[in-house]
Amino acid sequence: MPDAAVRQKELLRVQDLQGWYGESHVLHGMSFSVGEGEVVTLLGRNGVGKTTTLKAIQGILAQRRGSVAFEGRELIGLASNRIARLGVAYCPEERGIFASLNVEENLLLPPQVRPGGMSVEEIYTLFPNLAERRRSQGTKLSGGEQQMLAIGRILRTGARLLLLDEPTEGLAPVIVQQIGGVIRMLKRKGFTILLVEQNFRFAATVADRHYVVEHGQVIDEIANDRLDQNIGKLHEYLGV
Amino acid sequence: MLSFLPHIALPPTPALFAQLLIGLINGAFYAMLSLGLAVIFGMLNIINFTHGAQYMLGAFCAWLALNYLGIGYWPALILAPIVVAAAGMVLERLFLRHVYKLDHLYGLLLTFGLALIIEGLFRQYYGSSGQPYSIPDGLTGARNLGFMFLPNYRAWVIVASLAVCFGTWFLIERTRLGAYLRAATENPTLVQAFGINVPRMVTLTYGFGAGLAALAGVLAAPIYQVSPLMGSDIIVVVFAVVVIGGMGSIVGAVLSGFVLGLVEGLTKVFYPEASNTVIFVVMAVVLLVKPAGFFGRTA
Repeated sequence: MPDAAVRQKELLRVQDLQGWYGESHVLHGMSFSVGEGEVVTLLGRNGVGKTTTLKAIQGILAQRRGSVAFEGRELIGLASNRIARLGVAYCPEERGIFASLNVEENLLLPPQVRPGGMSVEEIYTLFPNLAERRRSQGTKLSGGEQQMLAIGRILRTGARLLLLDEPTEGLAPVIVQQIGGVIRMLKRKGFTILLVEQNFRFAATVADRHYVVEHGQVIDEIANDRLDQNIGKLHEYLGV
Repeated sequence: MLSFLPHIALPPTPALFAQLLIGLINGAFYAMLSLGLAVIFGMLNIINFTHGAQYMLGAFCAWLALNYLGIGYWPALILAPIVVAAAGMVLERLFLRHVYKLDHLYGLLLTFGLALIIEGLFRQYYGSSGQPYSIPDGLTGARNLGFMFLPNYRAWVIVASLAVCFGTWFLIERTRLGAYLRAATENPTLVQAFGINVPRMVTLTYGFGAGLAALAGVLAAPIYQVSPLMGSDIIVVVFAVVVIGGMGSIVGAVLSGFVLGLVEGLTKVFYPEASNTVIFVVMAVVLLVKPAGFFGRTA
């Protein structure tokens, strides 16, 4: 495990990110960074701004200020489709599977933005359940299968930075393990992942580092290999 | 056999087929127009009352092209939809995009107002009487089917309408572009976050719907007369067709278009007094029994 101090090349740098939903100010100066090939989590309680941070990075949150630099390029003023084209892909918490599309159409929906994405066959090998049900309506799948589809479809695009919002939420332990395995495999393949999680036990099995978020700000950073020493503090932050 | 219905006499067969043919022709136009409305409603969430005016514009484009530029029917069949689609996209950029987030009612009122302005301008310049537009050379005459005479132009309209309806259905339900459209209808934010320029897709969709209306207008020009009011005459019926088929459903729009054209034709045979109102009676019943229409999705 590399020490937090000697990080790989920085892929994403978020600085003083502010965000609003209408009148309500949700992000109060988020600052953190993710190195190339790292898996980094944002941990925190419900409603502290983790999902909003992902939406602000992807450009889905319209009212945002501050700086989001991806590969050194500023994203803050760009529309979400332009950000996607630069190689950032988003997997929403609610999974966003389209009911009017079958499994394969869902899988093929996000356009390829860069070379080097996984092929459809590779994705089916990774998630055999999806291959069996490729003609089924997307929303007829089980929760776990829908989550696999939601992750699978952004692997085709060639995006290097994946924003995963609570991919294990509401899933059975065996599926959670499977998704953990997929995230570790993606890391080995060189993907960079920013993961939003409430379940730090799961996060600990996949991540290099964790940022703790409270009131729309990063209040602490914990390397995964120092998790044991910090477990008391973490319990306090997360209120578990 | 029908003695329990003493006041209804069976009509002679040729009259029956003639009315069925008229019903089928009307149905072809209902289908094409409600199809465009369904496509636009699905993507833009707008009840496009300008659709009738765009149908009229299509017919007028063909008439103007013929009388001022000497451009005949076949080129007009391509050109008029392109011109009206382009005008529609300008309209979408200038006006419609401001009301997407509001209640349907605002889009309806806005497009209704635009339709009144467009129709008013044409009535000012061309009066409300119809202008004739003759059938293109290759399609004059009729063929004897044994039980009736079928005018060639009407046969062409039915075939063209079926082809347009099938083509549109195929485009939306079976192609990659159609998958983008269906997905963006469900969740435009996410589709855009995947890298697709959704606002541009919305503009093109409106242009496509307006172009479909114009194509129907050119096809209609030799059958009905070219008049500034031709759109407002048909659009009210088309809205009833859309309600019956189910708002936003492609298959529902096409099927109910043809079926209701035939129902109207049959009513003309059996009870002519009701032929102008039968579609609205059906609409009222459908609204009571199945408010989302036969193929509509309850949102």
